[in-house]
Amino acid sequence: MIALDINGKRQNVDVPGDTPLLWALRDELGLTGSKFGCGMALCGACTVHVDGQAVRSCITPLSVVANRKVVTIEAVGADPVGRALQAAWVEVGVPQCGYCQAGQIMSAAALLKRTPKPTDKQIDEAMDGNICRCGTYTRIRAAIKQAAARQGGAR
Amino acid sequence: MSAPVVRPPEAETSSESRVVLANVSRRRFLQGLSLGGLVLAVGFESRARAQEPKKYGADGMPNGWVDDPLVFVSIADDGTVTIVCHRSEMGQGIRTGMPMVVADEMEADWKRVRVAQATGDEKKFGNQDTDGSRSTRHFFEPMRRCGAAARVMLETAAAERWKVPVSEVAAKNHEVVHRPTGRRLGYGALAKAAASQPVPARASLRLKDPKDFRYIGKGQLKLVDAADIATGKAKYGIDTRLDGMLYAVVARPPVLGGKVASVDDAEALKVPGVVKVVQIEPSPPPAVFHPLGGVAVLARNTWAAMQGRRALKITWDDGPNASYDSVAYKAALEESARKPAKVVRNDGDFDKAAAAAAKRHQAEYYIPHLAHATMEPPAATARIVNGKCEVWGCFQSPQAARDLVAKRLGMSADDVTVYVTLLGGGFGRKSKPDFGIEAAVLSKAVDGKPVKVTWTRDDDLHNSYYHTVSVEHLEAGVDAQGKPVAWLHRTVAPTIISTFNVEAKNEAPLELGMGVINVPFLIPNIRIENPEAIAHTRIGWFRSVSNIPHAFAVQSFVAELAAAAGRDPKDYLLEVIGPGRQVSPETLGDTWNHGESPERYPVDTGRLRRVVEMVARESGWGRKMPKGSGLGIAAHYSFVSYIAAVVEVAVDAKGALTIPRVDVAVDCGATVNPERIRAQMEGATVMGVGVATLGEISYKAGRVEQNNFDSYQVTRISAAPKIIRVHIAPGGDYAKPMGGVGEPGVPPIPPALCNAIFAATGKRIRRLPIRDQLTV
Repeated sequence: MIALDINGKRQNVDVPGDTPLLWALRDELGLTGSKFGCGMALCGACTVHVDGQAVRSCITPLSVVANRKVVTIEAVGADPVGRALQAAWVEVGVPQCGYCQAGQIMSAAALLKRTPKPTDKQIDEAMDGNICRCGTYTRIRAAIKQAAARQGGAR
Repeated sequence: MSAPVVRPPEAETSSESRVVLANVSRRRFLQGLSLGGLVLAVGFESRARAQEPKKYGADGMPNGWVDDPLVFVSIADDGTVTIVCHRSEMGQGIRTGMPMVVADEMEADWKRVRVAQATGDEKKFGNQDTDGSRSTRHFFEPMRRCGAAARVMLETAAAERWKVPVSEVAAKNHEVVHRPTGRRLGYGALAKAAASQPVPARASLRLKDPKDFRYIGKGQLKLVDAADIATGKAKYGIDTRLDGMLYAVVARPPVLGGKVASVDDAEALKVPGVVKVVQIEPSPPPAVFHPLGGVAVLARNTWAAMQGRRALKITWDDGPNASYDSVAYKAALEESARKPAKVVRNDGDFDKAAAAAAKRHQAEYYIPHLAHATMEPPAATARIVNGKCEVWGCFQSPQAARDLVAKRLGMSADDVTVYVTLLGGGFGRKSKPDFGIEAAVLSKAVDGKPVKVTWTRDDDLHNSYYHTVSVEHLEAGVDAQGKPVAWLHRTVAPTIISTFNVEAKNEAPLELGMGVINVPFLIPNIRIENPEAIAHTRIGWFRSVSNIPHAFAVQSFVAELAAAAGRDPKDYLLEVIGPGRQVSPETLGDTWNHGESPERYPVDTGRLRRVVEMVARESGWGRKMPKGSGLGIAAHYSFVSYIAAVVEVAVDAKGALTIPRVDVAVDCGATVNPERIRAQMEGATVMGVGVATLGEISYKAGRVEQNNFDSYQVTRISAAPKIIRVHIAPGGDYAKPMGGVGEPGVPPIPPALCNAIFAATGKRIRRLPIRDQLTV
């Protein structure tokens, strides 16, 4: 049994400690919002937050995250930055197929928490690990800026 | 202005005749299958049915169209209107677009509309094969009729309730109003009475005047799935979860036609969580949509299944395709492309005109295999209960999934239900339901227990249905002003048909009709040739298909000729297109015409010119560019839409490429959801950039050399164009045929990009991907 703190909830999973967090989330806990895209931290679809940092859950063993705070796309909206990004994503019409967008939003949320007003270059650096095969990048950039502006306005 | 009366479709109006239509289509569908055609049935014209009048558009697709409101619309007592979307959502926005059309015609309030996804059932819903950029152009009219019929049923029910003539009532924004008295009844209150009304005859329907549209053509509505996507609630094929479900991954033969020679599963069965190892029998060629066979590991979760697979010891019997080697194959294609071959179009006399020309030019272009690499790899879940099979998956063609699952399990298709999830990207890959059949076969192997099959990225890249590989050889003779008088295009590429018929070695009409045979250029002597090529892998369709290599070659070569003549590339392109005129596809030797009627859909060079002129104007074509920067232009007609693009590039001293801006002009006729048209053009632009700069699948010893996104690279945000501006041609007429949107944005991008690189650096790219070719 491995004890996990997922979205503020204590959860136990009965799988080996080298199992990547992604598969525990998806298959054991039914949190399918985090997506499988590559299994090698190459595409970013599986991005979650561990203690506030964006990590690729597909290569993060459970043993590493035991008793650390994991936040997934299902709960990032509880945070004002996450909520602002989700709203901007809908407003700007970012998603096409939508499959990568959970990971995009998680990466963007980690960026805005660190850098509330990112430049284009900072956006590129933070988001370059997240592939969108539909090619929504210009809108991802626009939505991040919109969320950043709204957050700034509220501050 | 009176509202336009709906044009009666070719078929009769009674439901009886609709059944007949469905049966005819069904028969054609099966004929297609026996030819090895399946969805490609439309591309063939067998002698047996030569006397049958040829059908076009949705009529020409298996199971045609359905416009019965009782199939697509239901209304709850609380007024919630549920509209069925029968096409698969893979990012094109069709789950918003199609229901929006119905809602507009039936005067439903979008805030009170829910969208339900159809199961795979073409007899009920009409054709569901979601590819070919067809959904809107084939189903705009049936969905309008559907909505209009529902509106009439609501109005009639209200008139009966009030005992007034129906002419005195009108539906408006989710209620019916009695005009003389101002009485109102909401759709919820009318739901039951409306549903028992007879469906009005098709010819009696009056569609809205487009000036009264509330949603169609406006683009103000958000995607129906956007909020679920942004919060992680949206469900894709990979997300299905059923009680007691097993998770499977499959080790498939690395070489097409390969088989398991031996397997040792002892270590795999020791992996914690692994439950069972099952062999899947391969099918004999042709590949069609059958599973490739191999060894499946079933486990308690996906990770355990993946670990189990890693522990399998398999010896493969590769078979003859183990010789497939991309370096050697490229050389073989080049050799074929340099020799005379099967002539597929011949206007005038190329040889004579070229011999007499002031100058001759030639160039050869290479475009490698590509994989779709949908962000969601193929995934499906199946279970069998009481002799009935249910399958959940990300299918572009759910009816094909249903038919082939039934065939493989020896069941009737009536006993198979296919539920269509959201698709995490499609691009043509998910038209092929091999992964759904795998799930069904594995469920059967465990007594019908639910089994989910997940493809890993390696699986996806190693065992796809690949975009073809081609060499495009072009020659031209030009006059003293540098204008082409003779044009030779030899295109050689393994054909999609080889996936359905192993004997096929020539490009089919549906490939030649993608921008090689049907170039509408004003050149008196044109010869198009197509040498044979043997396929050694599963050739499939990839977003915009053969338009990619053809447009790359044609639009690069026109720019090369312009440069040789010292002319402006845009002016030269317009001159080669010639004046605006309607060209019959048949006179170009194009018997396919994207499955559309040649009369309704001629090639309109005026529209092609207009997008060229529009994109030139909007992009500031001709503006002075700094050193190392340049603009490139290209235009292409595909999926009966007209697109032109101007790409701006900057290439630094080390050869690093950036793309500050792309302008795209699109004429797809009248628009349903212009906001999504923009999105599709933006996405197609990024995909086109990826095709041009990075995309390549190559083979060694019959095996794909790329494994994941490290070796099969796709465009990331830092390399994507910074600005993409989409310009939609105004003035679309809803009475005229529409064009496609999902695919036609891709083909102009690689040549426009390479033309821009030439403008910036003087370097001409003839081999894709560009990758490090600019590096100094």
